[in-house]
Amino acid sequence: MKRKLSQLLGFFFLTICMVLTMAFLGIFLYSIFSQGWEVLSLRFLLEAPREGMTAGGIFPALVGTFWLTLLAVLIALPLGLLCSIYLFSYARKGPFLSLLKITINTLAGVPSIIFGLFGMALFVNMLSLDVSLISGALTLAVLSLPIVINASQEAFSGVPRDFIEAAYALGATKRQMITKVLIPTAAPNILTSAILVVGRVAGETAPIIFTAATFFNRRLPKSLGDEVMALPYHIFALMTEGTHPEAQVPIAYGSAVVLLMLVLLISSLALIIRYSLRKKRQW
Amino acid sequence: MVKLQAQNLNLYFGKNHVLKDVNLDIQDKKITAMIGPSGCGKSTLLRTFNRMNDLIPDVKISGSVRLGENDIYAGKMDLYKLRAKIGMVFQKPNPFPKSIFKNVSFGLDIAGKHQKCEIADIVEESLKAVWLWDEVKNRLHCSAMSLSGGQQQRLCIARALANEPEVLLLDEPTSALDPQSTARIEELCLALKDRVSILIVTHNIAQAGRIADFTAFMYLGEMIEYAPTTKMFTVPQDKRTEAYLTGAFG
Repeated sequence: MKRKLSQLLGFFFLTICMVLTMAFLGIFLYSIFSQGWEVLSLRFLLEAPREGMTAGGIFPALVGTFWLTLLAVLIALPLGLLCSIYLFSYARKGPFLSLLKITINTLAGVPSIIFGLFGMALFVNMLSLDVSLISGALTLAVLSLPIVINASQEAFSGVPRDFIEAAYALGATKRQMITKVLIPTAAPNILTSAILVVGRVAGETAPIIFTAATFFNRRLPKSLGDEVMALPYHIFALMTEGTHPEAQVPIAYGSAVVLLMLVLLISSLALIIRYSLRKKRQW
Repeated sequence: MVKLQAQNLNLYFGKNHVLKDVNLDIQDKKITAMIGPSGCGKSTLLRTFNRMNDLIPDVKISGSVRLGENDIYAGKMDLYKLRAKIGMVFQKPNPFPKSIFKNVSFGLDIAGKHQKCEIADIVEESLKAVWLWDEVKNRLHCSAMSLSGGQQQRLCIARALANEPEVLLLDEPTSALDPQSTARIEELCLALKDRVSILIVTHNIAQAGRIADFTAFMYLGEMIEYAPTTKMFTVPQDKRTEAYLTGAFG
């Protein structure tokens, strides 16, 4: 009887936790959507802001976020992948390797505003790239490097040792083992984590405040040296600056809905890819 | 004729003395079986012949291993050519998650010495040699993972054969297979011994009795007894061999 009761209590407690979590998520989504959906329309997506940000759409911010994210991932992915290959296949076990791993994990835990300050000091000032698309993309790339490295490390560790040994036993050099067996086998998992990095980078605000983002820019970026608008920063700007909150707040929530949808879309894309590749995987 | 020869071979993993003064002459174009209880060092010995132990960071090896006239641990030995010349098949079938064709052509692709049409010929010939050709010729470009366990293991043998090895090392190749597939692999070994010298590690004493010309019994890192199989199985010289063969321990 006592055991049954404790079972029941345990089950009840777990259910409460689950319901609470779902409730938070539900309230969160409801509050964002209910305040933002009114302004949503195709024109909202495809127009530039007008009349001192109190009307119009978010097109330049969308484009800015697109370029920032794309460039950041294009920089971080190859670099992170190569680092990861070094760590997995070339680095010798020892204090140096442990230090490297600690460094990477520390980087992964650094608050993103600090990456923003770092980006400003290095890219904007020291390398004189100014506040620009490229400075922002580089800063975002540095921020996502540890994520890419850790994710590909995990993907490599998931490659069965059997495959690696089989390649060596057939006379493969280390480079051939890596290019013909390790990377192709780990590729699906690397791909899905790359997509998740895209989602993360698209939503980052702090790293681009000092390095790339601008409050208002009617023009779309024409070169890497241009300042850009970006969705998350646009929300921040709408909520903190300007003089017409009654007109700006709905636009901010509208932008939030768009950003949220984008990130959700990207994450679910990753989930779908991961799921379908899992199903196809046969080892 | 001696194909592969280990002399005064000692091997350490860190401080762990795994192979103790092992001497072994593997005869050309014969099947040699290595038996012994788990952890006796037979797989490690097998892996010294194609230098797979080199992959383990703190391994130390002394003594010599010769393939024909050449010391395979000499500085001028090309490790990658050596591994191609000494094929290896593992305990668990481990085809790559690639097509059947790509699996067999892997060794040729990485060696980079062959024309495309030549590769197709060698793939066909290798698959025929392991009696897999008729079963897979219509789906060469399907995933190797779609084959049964026994077929996969024969594919792995074909993959090794495509490199035209002089020696084939088999590390308990049938321990993950059903009895029927096992019988097929054993027949295959007998058919292949005109072509390559075969060294097989097995847990299955009966298997050694069925296919091996010579048998080596190892215990706690030492080579206890090495003799023609019929001789060892009828009159073992060492008490420990006798005890192992009769199932007193294992």
